[in-house]
Amino acid sequence: MDVVRRVLLKGASATGVAAAALAAGLLRPQRVLAAQWDQNAFRAKSAADALKQLGAESAAQSKEVVLEAPQIAENGAVVPIEVSSNVPGTKSIAIVIDKNPFPLSAKFDFEEGALPYVKVNVKMGQTSEVRAIAEANGKYYVATREVKVTIGGCGG
Amino acid sequence: MPGPMKMRATMMKGDTAEVRVLMSHPMETGLRKGPDGKLIPMHFIEIVTVKLNGKVVINGQTSQSVSRNPVFAFRLKGAKTGDKLEISWLDNKGESNKIDGAIA
Repeated sequence: MDVVRRVLLKGASATGVAAAALAAGLLRPQRVLAAQWDQNAFRAKSAADALKQLGAESAAQSKEVVLEAPQIAENGAVVPIEVSSNVPGTKSIAIVIDKNPFPLSAKFDFEEGALPYVKVNVKMGQTSEVRAIAEANGKYYVATREVKVTIGGCGG
Repeated sequence: MPGPMKMRATMMKGDTAEVRVLMSHPMETGLRKGPDGKLIPMHFIEIVTVKLNGKVVINGQTSQSVSRNPVFAFRLKGAKTGDKLEISWLDNKGESNKIDGAIA
């Protein structure tokens, strides 16, 4: 009797912990499989939802995140974005373009040996705020800039 | 068909290296129409991986809103001339490509 009860309890508590951790968002699939594409975040259709999917909805504006982007982009198909983070322990940088159909453009995770820096060309459909979001020690820091687009770069 | 890639990695000041990489890829948004007037399906790089001496240092996730023929610049710390680099990508159709090189 006792043995059966023990086994049952053990099983129940183990699955319970895993379920609770999943529910709390502690065991995000992309954390386990680093090289997995974060479908939920990339398919979010508003900047607010993208930030929520990234866990960054409470990101604080920070001067430690340096976002370089042109004030005016003549060609929305190629807008150079350069981001570096001076926040110690920065683990990732995400780029969100508020008014694009799918605002999250890219996200980079940095392991030891890489500096939290990235430069990438992105497409912008129209004039929009661009946000660079850095994650360090479970907290999120954001820098925002408006880029005016003369010719959009998403459609034909 | 995955197109060619180009990579250039050079030492900056101290032990920091800058890596620049170019990938040939259409990065279709799914919003663009082809000559037949039909929408061209989404086709874009999802994963970009940078390895330094065999160890992953950067895991990138990208979307259709990265420009066509993507160009990236990254910076590595604690690197030196001759260190080996491997950069690879994987797209939403399962196509992939990679390039090997060394820091100059």
